[in-house]
Amino acid sequence: MHFNNHNSTHEWVLKVENLTKIYGEHTENTLANTGPSKGTNICPETGSIVACANISFELFPGEVLGIVGESGSGKSTIVKQLFFDLDVTMGSALLRPFKNGEVNIFEESNQKKRFMRNHLMGMVYQNPRDGLNFAFTSGGNIAEKLLMADLFHVGKIRERAAELLDKTEVPVARMDDLPAYFSGGMQQRVQISKAIANNPPLLFLDEVTSGLDVSVQARVLDLIRGLQHELGIAMIVVSHDLSVIRMLTDRTLVLKNGRIVERGLTDQILQDPQHEYTQLLVSSLL
Amino acid sequence: MIENKKFNTSYNYAFIDETTKKEIRRKLLKAVCIPGYQVPYSSPEMPIARGWGTGGLHVTLAIIGQSDVLKMIDQGSDASVNACNLRDFVHMTTDCATTFDTREATIIQTRHRITEEKLSDKQIMVFQVPQPEPLRRVERYEYKTRQMHAESDYAKMWLTLYEAYVKWGDVMQGAGYPVMVNGRYIMSPSPIPRWDVPNLNNSECLYLFGAGREKRLYAVPPHTKVEPLEFEDVKFHVEDFSNVKCESTGYNVAYMDEMYQDDGVTKKFYVNDSNFLDKLIEKEEVVQHSNKYIKKIKDALQ
Repeated sequence: MHFNNHNSTHEWVLKVENLTKIYGEHTENTLANTGPSKGTNICPETGSIVACANISFELFPGEVLGIVGESGSGKSTIVKQLFFDLDVTMGSALLRPFKNGEVNIFEESNQKKRFMRNHLMGMVYQNPRDGLNFAFTSGGNIAEKLLMADLFHVGKIRERAAELLDKTEVPVARMDDLPAYFSGGMQQRVQISKAIANNPPLLFLDEVTSGLDVSVQARVLDLIRGLQHELGIAMIVVSHDLSVIRMLTDRTLVLKNGRIVERGLTDQILQDPQHEYTQLLVSSLL
Repeated sequence: MIENKKFNTSYNYAFIDETTKKEIRRKLLKAVCIPGYQVPYSSPEMPIARGWGTGGLHVTLAIIGQSDVLKMIDQGSDASVNACNLRDFVHMTTDCATTFDTREATIIQTRHRITEEKLSDKQIMVFQVPQPEPLRRVERYEYKTRQMHAESDYAKMWLTLYEAYVKWGDVMQGAGYPVMVNGRYIMSPSPIPRWDVPNLNNSECLYLFGAGREKRLYAVPPHTKVEPLEFEDVKFHVEDFSNVKCESTGYNVAYMDEMYQDDGVTKKFYVNDSNFLDKLIEKEEVVQHSNKYIKKIKDALQ
């Protein structure tokens, strides 16, 4: 496990510092006026909304980091910023496979950002409609990711797509069907295939099992765990569900009102929560 | 009384006023400088509605002079109503000479065809373009397609080709097959048949494209690399006329028209390019465009 190497600064694959997203006008007091101690993320002076603020963490190769918190606490905002779906207000992120982690990826050009999205990152959204294009076949959706990485050989594309669908337990015979004809769990598995198509070193999972029924949830979680063991991808798992966090992650950040209120090993947080909000979360676990 | 010479005629030479013509020429220069890039332009009012060939007319009228010889073709024919009317209009407002002969023309305005006869470096071909944006089928918002062009974000375009192959076993797009110009911009070659697409590559003449309704100009300068989009294992191909031949000449290494006869069942084929057909009938010597697809067909015939 890599979380033993916290002191070694050369190991991380992703290093995030002071990541902040504020909607609306803000003043220097905005951050002080919001947060868990104030119990709000709306600035009383300007009315601006602090989605997340001063988020700093490191992610190590092969590690699975959980981000947990109630809805509106800024969990998804963090991964959406890291995947360039949202612009950042402040903060930086360094990505080891990109220019050896020496540049703030948020300051790169759109072209470079798209390169990172296509080659170095994968994202699985809660709603398959965000991650998949429902007008294209499931094989086509995977092909899109491969075409973005300049693979222009139909035979090879189909081979890779079949391999990925097989790995994610989607019947390969349905490769040329539209994802609209699939069940929710299958759509989610196609989305995972697409996200890992280019073997990215980094994968974001945003509430991947939230819309699924329990038995399907279990299979998708199993799949993710299997892929993680097999491919050793570093992952950030966002969930409001502590059982998902417990099952998948090594380390966890607990978020409230856009701030990290507690961080540590997942087992530790679940067994011995320190912050009162974490205690509340853990005690309300069914 | 001082005679007012300025307003003696109801319109300027070549119909469009000089300032606007200058603007169009400037935009054309930009288009030539960035092959395949769509340059927005003013698209001034014409006596015909936008989308009825105004883009082509704007370009022709902006570059034409009295010494020019104009040929106007519509779907390969000099004689269609559209071609006749546009030719008369340009002739009336410019006093230029007109011709049917491809070789004599200095400016050829066309709708949906490139001539079968090879063009020289003394000639300019002007296309009327209904839809200049090749990405419109995959992305309906203009601001997004412009961003996609700016960043060469063409995965979606490729994906439609992949999907077509998966669904139908081939890329079905007949007219307006998307091309990559100079390794940078994907361009719509206007709805010319596949047969003509390879003739854009490394040509002697200058190709100018005008889309009046969409207010865009673009260009393929001489000796520019123009490649139809194709996969490494699924290749672009032109229309196959190997099983038919022209009813009047017996020729079949040209783009053909399919004519249904009065019984509604039988059909006959004719060479589509009217001037090329005339020359074949007269047994004149004609130099055809050469490209690897035509060469392959001719090699197979021998």
